Amino acid sequence: MSQEKFAFHLDKNFTIGTIFLIFFILFVSTTMVFAQNGTPPTDNEVNAIAKDLYCPVCENTPLDVCPTVACAQWRDMIREKLTAGWSKEQISQYFVDQYGDRVLAEPPKRGFNWLVYVLPPIFFLGGCILVYKNLRKFKNQKPGVDSGNMDKNDPYMQEVEEALQLMNRKDQGN
Amino acid sequence: MENPEETKKTLPRWAVVTAFVVLLGFLGILGWGLKNAQQGPVKVGQPVPVFNLTTFDGQVVSTSDLKGKVIVVNFWASWCKPCEQEAAELEEAWQSYRESDQVYFFGVDYVDTETQAKKYIEKFNITYPNGPDLRTSISQLFRITGVPETYVIDKNGNLANAKIGPYESLAEIKQMIDPLISE
Repeated sequence: MSQEKFAFHLDKNFTIGTIFLIFFILFVSTTMVFAQNGTPPTDNEVNAIAKDLYCPVCENTPLDVCPTVACAQWRDMIREKLTAGWSKEQISQYFVDQYGDRVLAEPPKRGFNWLVYVLPPIFFLGGCILVYKNLRKFKNQKPGVDSGNMDKNDPYMQEVEEALQLMNRKDQGN
Repeated sequence: MENPEETKKTLPRWAVVTAFVVLLGFLGILGWGLKNAQQGPVKVGQPVPVFNLTTFDGQVVSTSDLKGKVIVVNFWASWCKPCEQEAAELEEAWQSYRESDQVYFFGVDYVDTETQAKKYIEKFNITYPNGPDLRTSISQLFRITGVPETYVIDKNGNLANAKIGPYESLAEIKQMIDPLISE
């Protein structure tokens, strides 16, 4: 009798335990499925956006490698926005609206910022033209001594000139 | 040596003028930038330009509407540990002046995320108006060097005093404000 009772007790415990286990497995698996459906963005996806942003607190340090708490919070914010389905452009614009243009690695193409994009090619082109002109001028120069600035009345220079002419004549004679 | 006549032939007048204009323009912009950079913060006694703060609740508060009141502008951030030292004292000070309607407190949240900022406000039970420093325009106006920093503006709209770093006590905060109320 007591053995039967014990067996029943065991069965009852076993059944409750099994149900609990099944519920636990179901709960865990449901949670996992939910997480997979949410597809949280990877660190690489977050950093792909963060590398083009700069936190004003830590100047000259891109957000993806910045070690401060402020930057970690910004990266969390990017993660939140990505999870919410925002695009890279939308996230960048959000940061600009919140913290200003200076968070961008590349200044936006408007106002004085245009100078950053326009001046370097202009200077480069100007430099190329100058180099080209000087090279052409150098190429067109006739070989020989330029006597344009020589003082013809200088007795020393006259002697040098005569000596050179004599040497030329000797060379032609040979 | 180059013949000057030859130079005239190779470089037309318009090119020289354009080059000089571009160079002068570039130098002008450089000078303007330098002047701005060296302008420094608003000095004590100088008038503080009008600014607006959009609070986390969506209300817009303008300093132009607060003429005749003493304004306390506190810059803080949730990631700033020293800010936590003075948070309770600032709230206490606000509570003590609130009824008098002569002092107004602004909390300007500098380079922060809204989620963390709201948690910070809740943690320290802050009730005075707080909002983000959108596009860091207010902090640039004061040219703050970090957080926390607090600026007290007198009834005439001039900067009365500035505190770089956290306040040590409630007495210190009151010491900055009280003389301005009786003015």
